[in-house]
Amino acid sequence: MSAILEAQNLVKSYPEVIAVDGIGFAVEAGSCYGLLGPNGAGKTTTMEMLEGVIQPDSGKILYQGKAVGVSFKHDIGIQFQSTSLLDYQTVIEALTMFAAMYEKTANLQELIELCHLQEFINRDTRKLSGGQRQRLLLAIALVNDPTLIFLDEPTTGLDPQSRRNFWHLIESIKLAGKTIILTTHYMEEAYRLCDYISIVDKGKIIIEGNPDALLKQHFAPTVIRLPQAAILNPVNLSEDIILLDGLYELFTDDVSASIARLESQGVGLDDCQISAPTLEDLFLKLTGHALRT
Amino acid sequence: MNLTRMMALMRARFREFYRDKASWSWNLAMPILIIAGFAFIFSGDSKDLFKVAVLQSDSKADIAFLKTDYIRFIRVTELQDAITRVQRHQVDMLLDLTATPRYWVNEYSANGYMLEKLFRESFTMAPLNVQREVVSGKDIRYVDWVMPGVLAMNMLFSCLWGVGWVVVRYRKNGVLRRLQATPLTAFEFLSAQVIARLIIVTVVTLMVFAGADLVVDFTMRGSYLALFLVFFSGAACFTSMGLLVATRLKTEEVADGLLSLMSWPMMIMSGVWFSMEGTHPVAQFISQLFPLTHLVDASRRIMIDGAGITGVAFEIGLLCSLTLLLLFVSSKLFRWS
Repeated sequence: MSAILEAQNLVKSYPEVIAVDGIGFAVEAGSCYGLLGPNGAGKTTTMEMLEGVIQPDSGKILYQGKAVGVSFKHDIGIQFQSTSLLDYQTVIEALTMFAAMYEKTANLQELIELCHLQEFINRDTRKLSGGQRQRLLLAIALVNDPTLIFLDEPTTGLDPQSRRNFWHLIESIKLAGKTIILTTHYMEEAYRLCDYISIVDKGKIIIEGNPDALLKQHFAPTVIRLPQAAILNPVNLSEDIILLDGLYELFTDDVSASIARLESQGVGLDDCQISAPTLEDLFLKLTGHALRT
Repeated sequence: MNLTRMMALMRARFREFYRDKASWSWNLAMPILIIAGFAFIFSGDSKDLFKVAVLQSDSKADIAFLKTDYIRFIRVTELQDAITRVQRHQVDMLLDLTATPRYWVNEYSANGYMLEKLFRESFTMAPLNVQREVVSGKDIRYVDWVMPGVLAMNMLFSCLWGVGWVVVRYRKNGVLRRLQATPLTAFEFLSAQVIARLIIVTVVTLMVFAGADLVVDFTMRGSYLALFLVFFSGAACFTSMGLLVATRLKTEEVADGLLSLMSWPMMIMSGVWFSMEGTHPVAQFISQLFPLTHLVDASRRIMIDGAGITGVAFEIGLLCSLTLLLLFVSSKLFRWS
């Protein structure tokens, strides 16, 4: 598959900070590409340069192999991290207004059904809940039936249920063959939705690749976590058990053997947690600090 | 009632206020400027009881009456215009000293009556062969005089805040950025704002005009078409002024301040509430720089004096030219974010 969008060595500075410092990546058509990182990493600035909202200080952006042209805005849909809409508009009026901005539009009725807007289609946009609003903004991002969709932290501020409902929507869009570029600081979201990710920190990409492949590359398949109080005599612990944020962590290929070893060392297992390593573990390993600030 | 929560909210509100440096200048500077402005405008001798228009040739006739205290003598150059002012009670007497001395008084004017007696008394000692002319005309009610200015002022605020402040708010809360992400161009956006506001202002002004006429039955002697053209060109000019403010500002507070700075001097010095005649010459000069002044003057000439399109063509042309200039500058300066 060829790259539909390519960023080459993007740089963007502000008076006291270099927000983006040489970021480059390629997004394959039909995939979901995630930019993962903490607040202030440079994800949104990178997105805005790709969207054409701000100009990079240096670097190139190629769309379908060529420099971005006039047709780019017709082919993309954007859901910003925070957006206000014009006041005193209903949901359908807002959708219709944005549809009028484009020559080619999606079928509005299908869009309304896809994003589950029927129940509040005639409601004032100012009176929508957080989840409803995000669904409307997603619908607006899809109103021109775009080839490429930018979603900037689309589920920030949503409750867990709304977030999961939104993930279903994004998965539907993926199935329709759209290319999605997504920024998020929720590692579970990136893991679930993205085919490829770049982890961004302090304006640079520190690692990129398929989420599963990255985790396999850096960790054993399972992590056992124990509260600090469970281990009375830490001196006897083996070197592969590390203390982090009040929890002991042990990455292991063989859970049974590790459990048996811990029991033999007199470790209390009542409050232990056994799970797969996450992207947050990866971020912590690579940067030395937690993903969520 | 929890005092702790209230105090916390009040502290947050105080911080919002004193950390906004721009807000300080508007809250402190504006009232001072207004007071200083009024003091400047009316920095003349305010003890005069009568106003006399004098049409005088270059020959300096020595007339004792012209040295009378507590009478303001206003030099005029157009005879017919001055006669009209006597009819309108805008001056109490017209004295023509160019050829055969003549004077005009309005038979309905009490001031004119008293002034004529003073005038005639003044040349019992120094005889003056002067011809008496009488005109008649009912005093224009203040409401008739002020009505064009009120309409114009209403239009000014609607255009400035309806476009200028709103676009700044759009920029601040991300609406502009969302629109920028579409194929919509800046020119399309700005044009839509201007046209929409012109239509709104036209409809609202028509409604206010009709409603006010029902209530006060004000004077309308001139052409409705001329009035429409004058007000429309004025609205276009004010809208483009609002656009100029909105080109790059990012906060409503600064926009509020700038718009107030634009509108308050105009409101005071454009002849909306009182005539600028007799005020300080510099104030009169400044007044002529304001588009509102020309709109008020032209609309007043139409409504009170019965002027037609040709009579206000200069003002229409001036307002349209200013509109084009401001639109051009705004289009060059405008930024989505």
